[in-house]
Amino acid sequence: MLPTIPRSNRYNWSYQLYIFLFFVYLIAPLVVVASFAFNDSLFPSLPWKGFTWDWFINDTQPKLGLFHDRSLMNGIGVSFFVACCVTGLSIAIGTSNAFLFERYEFRFKQFAYILLLLPLVIPGVILGISILVFSNTLANGVEDHIGWDLEFLRPGLLLVVLGQFAFITTIATLVISARLKKFDRSLEEAAYNLGASRFEVLRTITLPYLRPAMLGAGVVAFLMSFENFNTTLMLVGSDAPLTIAMYDRLKEGSTPVLNAVSLFLMLGSALLALISILVQKEK
Amino acid sequence: MNSSQTRLTLILLLSPFLLWLGLLVIIPHIDMFFLSIREKVAPRTYETSLANYAEFFTEPFYWNTLARTAFMSILATVLTLIIAFPVAYYIAKMLRGKTKSILFLLCLLPFWVSELVRTFGWMILLRETGVISSSLQWLGLIDGPIEFLYNDVTVMMGLIYTSMLFMVVPLVSTLDSLDDSLIEAGYDLGGSKLSILKEIVIPHSMPGIISGCIVVFMLTLGNYLTPILLGGKSSMWFTGQIYTQFITRFNWELGAAFCFLLLIVSSTIVWLGLKLSGQTLASTVAKS
Repeated sequence: MLPTIPRSNRYNWSYQLYIFLFFVYLIAPLVVVASFAFNDSLFPSLPWKGFTWDWFINDTQPKLGLFHDRSLMNGIGVSFFVACCVTGLSIAIGTSNAFLFERYEFRFKQFAYILLLLPLVIPGVILGISILVFSNTLANGVEDHIGWDLEFLRPGLLLVVLGQFAFITTIATLVISARLKKFDRSLEEAAYNLGASRFEVLRTITLPYLRPAMLGAGVVAFLMSFENFNTTLMLVGSDAPLTIAMYDRLKEGSTPVLNAVSLFLMLGSALLALISILVQKEK
Repeated sequence: MNSSQTRLTLILLLSPFLLWLGLLVIIPHIDMFFLSIREKVAPRTYETSLANYAEFFTEPFYWNTLARTAFMSILATVLTLIIAFPVAYYIAKMLRGKTKSILFLLCLLPFWVSELVRTFGWMILLRETGVISSSLQWLGLIDGPIEFLYNDVTVMMGLIYTSMLFMVVPLVSTLDSLDDSLIEAGYDLGGSKLSILKEIVIPHSMPGIISGCIVVFMLTLGNYLTPILLGGKSSMWFTGQIYTQFITRFNWELGAAFCFLLLIVSSTIVWLGLKLSGQTLASTVAKS
């Protein structure tokens, strides 16, 4: 049960074998996706027909590589744009929420905290649909009463951004609150005593202290937005973010260009993970 | 700081919070509720009624799908717990230092990769022309290709895969806080492995078990990609049914009713779990 407690060899071996198999299970699909990005065959399956970079750089059909595939590259662009908007918005509101819950007492605070957690409890598909329904009600209402056709309330990028922002803000709030909770308030008091204004204290003391958490929350928000599928699926218009474009290909059955874009996603995530680890170290 | 200034700041901080939650979460759900209780009686005329909910209960296919989804989610949660527990124990108690943090990070790896990519990986492995089927043929173990996709076992495996992280992390953190000397004491007093596990380890890790189970259950119930891609058309997953009503059939009223039924089932089971274990939503969800 512990390294210090003697165990039989057979028990030891079988336990280690179990752990080994568990990690094989965890990693197998990722390894397979990555390696078939380099298979010189029209399908991401065996047999192995030799190594190639075609699925990244080739510019002719049928072996159209990722960098020349218009719809996938466009998807990457759209996802990047959406993720930047969501990240900015959720850090801003997340920080303001963190101050609200850590610094202020107000009536129904307990209840408000439950509401704060609500977006994590609601399945992504339902969150997306409810926003779709509400924006549709609004758009129809405006059209019936005033006669304006508000295009931005129809499925499209604005709704995708809002849908992802709705639940990612909760996560950003929790990450930033956790750090604000540990803040030593005597630092602020010292600054006040030295004659600083509230704004100066916020800018020179509290926000720099929160910076690692805000960056960390930003990395998580960017990643969750880039990879989100469920909420996006319900709100998407004509501009398809990457996950939606990939899903459409996946249903049709695709060439290994999908593996290439998956590998690209994995490398991007790895880069972000590295950034967040460095940010954690900064603390 | 005077009190009127504090009040002003409070209002300034409260308004984005209320706007965000109100406009994007609460009012949309209220709107969806009103949608779910209206019935189309003629073109552009609607009546308030419970017809949509009645349709759910009178059509066996619908409630079978929901019951099946709930049952499979509970099963997936239990299986995830059983598979994850020994791994979490190994990481928390058998390893030290660098190996420990590397293995723990390895557990987090799938989270960093999109669910779509992970599911795609399983499709490459399991489909008829996939890696496992071809390898088995090459080894001479089977004669023809085998389709491993589109059955319940595969869907279950995929769901467990997706949920693993959310179980391992809370388990490792509660097991980490268990003092080794308690296990040693149990051993010194002559306890067997099983009795130490039952009397010391499991009671101590109960908070981690509960919060892991609740998060995994909610995520599985609301999952869309894994059952649809690994289970195909026969997967009968309730979120798939919701999608069909909204996007394919354009029957928004029924779809909205389905959304509420799913929310009710989800919150009832989570509430039961919390009541039975004496925990709160804040202590379980906020941590993960």
